[in-house]
Amino acid sequence: MAHAGEFPVPLATRRSATGIPTGRLAVWWVLASEIVIFGGLLASYIMFRLHHPHWADEASHTKVWAGGFNTFVLLTSSLFAVLGHQAAEHGDGAKAARFLRLTVLGGLVFLGVKTIEWSGEIRHGFTIYRDLFWTFYYTATGLHGLHVLVGMIILWIVANDAARGKNLHRVELIGIYWHFVDAVWIFLFPLFYIAR
Amino acid sequence: MQPAHEQSFWSRYVFSTDHKVIGLQYLFTGLFMGVVGAFLAYVFRMQLAFPGEHVPLYGVVTPLQYNALVTNHGAIMIFWVAMPILIAGLGNFLIPLMIGCDDMVFPRLNRLSYQIFFVSTVLILVSLFVPGGGFGGAWTAYPPLSASAQFNHTPWGAPLWLIAVALEFVAFLLGGINFITTVMNARAPGMGPMQIPIFVWMVVIASIVFMASVGPLVAGAIMLLFDQLLGTHFYDPKAGGDPLLWQHLFWFFGHPEVYVVLLPALGVVAEVITVFSRKKLFAYKTILYTSFATGVISFFVWAHHQFVAGIDPRMAHLFTITTLIISIPIAEMTFAFIATLYGGSIELRTPMLWALAFIAEFLIGGVTGIFLGANATDIYLHDSYFVVAHFHYTFFPIAIIAGFAALTFWFPKMFGRHMNETLGKIHFWGTIIPFNLIFIPLFVLGAAGEHRRIYSYEHFSQLFTPGLQNLRVLATVALVVMLLFQFVFFYNFIRSLFWGEKAEANPWRANTLEWAAPSPPPHGNFAEMPTVYRGPYEYSVPGRPVDFWPQHLPQ
Repeated sequence: MAHAGEFPVPLATRRSATGIPTGRLAVWWVLASEIVIFGGLLASYIMFRLHHPHWADEASHTKVWAGGFNTFVLLTSSLFAVLGHQAAEHGDGAKAARFLRLTVLGGLVFLGVKTIEWSGEIRHGFTIYRDLFWTFYYTATGLHGLHVLVGMIILWIVANDAARGKNLHRVELIGIYWHFVDAVWIFLFPLFYIAR
Repeated sequence: MQPAHEQSFWSRYVFSTDHKVIGLQYLFTGLFMGVVGAFLAYVFRMQLAFPGEHVPLYGVVTPLQYNALVTNHGAIMIFWVAMPILIAGLGNFLIPLMIGCDDMVFPRLNRLSYQIFFVSTVLILVSLFVPGGGFGGAWTAYPPLSASAQFNHTPWGAPLWLIAVALEFVAFLLGGINFITTVMNARAPGMGPMQIPIFVWMVVIASIVFMASVGPLVAGAIMLLFDQLLGTHFYDPKAGGDPLLWQHLFWFFGHPEVYVVLLPALGVVAEVITVFSRKKLFAYKTILYTSFATGVISFFVWAHHQFVAGIDPRMAHLFTITTLIISIPIAEMTFAFIATLYGGSIELRTPMLWALAFIAEFLIGGVTGIFLGANATDIYLHDSYFVVAHFHYTFFPIAIIAGFAALTFWFPKMFGRHMNETLGKIHFWGTIIPFNLIFIPLFVLGAAGEHRRIYSYEHFSQLFTPGLQNLRVLATVALVVMLLFQFVFFYNFIRSLFWGEKAEANPWRANTLEWAAPSPPPHGNFAEMPTVYRGPYEYSVPGRPVDFWPQHLPQ
């Protein structure tokens, strides 16, 4: 009998016909569905961009340095997620939790820089209505920012569990997701900031 | 297994994580929405047959209401009937049973999936009653009509409709991930890829196709929602946007979606015809590989919906070719089913009648699709009632005929009782005959040039001839007759639910694992977890005293 408030895990969840842990399989399928969502958005953006040469001028108003700094922050936070995974593999939940909280901190810095960037741009008249380029810019980076935010919340929950030595396998799973959020940014940054 | 502990009504039927309860929740929601969708069809068909007159149970139909009725009939029948019944309902109920385990791998995710679906159901129903009425821009929701309340006159209906559809997508993405991982990881010992029942394979392939095709439309829906609510210009050509973008994103999903619902329906047919012809499924591997092929090719056909939208004619030729190619795997599957029947000892029980009707009726849908997939003929037939008749000859067999095949076939497993066979056959013929009488006239009307989206043909003298109007009246009367016969089904369903003859565990003498569990299966499904020793279709094996050989029996 399961403890009060604890969910009884069915046999199905514990089976592994493929040899791959079920949680990891599921995360990869989640990422597959996310890839096509971002893929659809970015493919639309690229098709439009090819037909609108003046978007290069609009893109020159984005802040490459802020974007570059954020790229560095996200990549570093991904490194912490890897170190957290390594600690979890060795069964050191407390250490894993510390690294995951550093990852959350990275996400926080990223969103902070983003906020400053957006408010600066909006103040200077580069709003979502100015041009279709900016509509795409706010939609794509906003959708990505939402993923960062959701990732941070889950990271925090997993870190709290890991600190008490619970559900250590989830450290790897949220790490995979965080790398994906990172990889999406690696596409957004050149497409919206650098490409002229 | 621990002894069953007391559960309250709420935790047992409403917030359950049991795959069977969730499957039935999806099933009953789908059936309820089927009634709603059928009622909408009844109202607008009455308007077409008797324009401007008072429709019993509804009243006089205004042009805006007419658009909302047609739009929501389409959206509801596809997203809230075909998908919940065929994929989520049957998939949830059957997959863990058919692969021999106790539940889905993520039961709470499964519950969340239904809850999101339930919210989407409430939203789509609410959207019909908000100020301005329900959205009326067709289930394809093409901008600019869908993008601005200035054009569609439904400032509340349009965004609510879009949010409801988007939530439905989220529910099925969560459910699909659950199906795929469950089948990958939770199969009974001994069940290799080639021992998986075809129905389970079909739901998995459908879930993968859905997942891979819906993403761009989710992105497209976000953009459309921004256009509607924030006033951005993604689809507005005046401000550098492009309405064609939506058509590409929509049909990149919309056409694979046809196969998302078709494949599980074919899976149901495969299960039913093997049991009732007491014969091994002909060419299991061919059926499996052609399903994969269908899934892959379905991503390369979408622009055949846009032949008249101003796309490059060279591209139209390419899409004509890919569209004609996709008929090959489907034809192959149909042949495999017919070959399964050949030489079998066929029992014409109610589920078998539905399965055979599926093959016959879907064939008409498939063959008429050739005319629409070829750009030369499509340019004439585009947006005519020929199109309406064609896709109802595909979707009606998929959602309704295969749905009834599945319901009548698995009813004993779901509820532990038999449905009445005589009432089942009356309902079958009372549905199939009027169905053809509804849609054959529509083929004729479409070929005569009747355009789809017209509220009243009184204003088009060349289309308001007595000959054509009589065909419209015939279709409407046939629809009313067909709907009346559905009361036979509901009567049979409810009566059998409480007073039907008790069913044993394996009433059809079938092989797949769900029949090894008691009827209805208890929480946890199997008293002893089964092990699989052979494929699912070993019927009439020479040298055996009985003509079936369940998967879980040792040598």
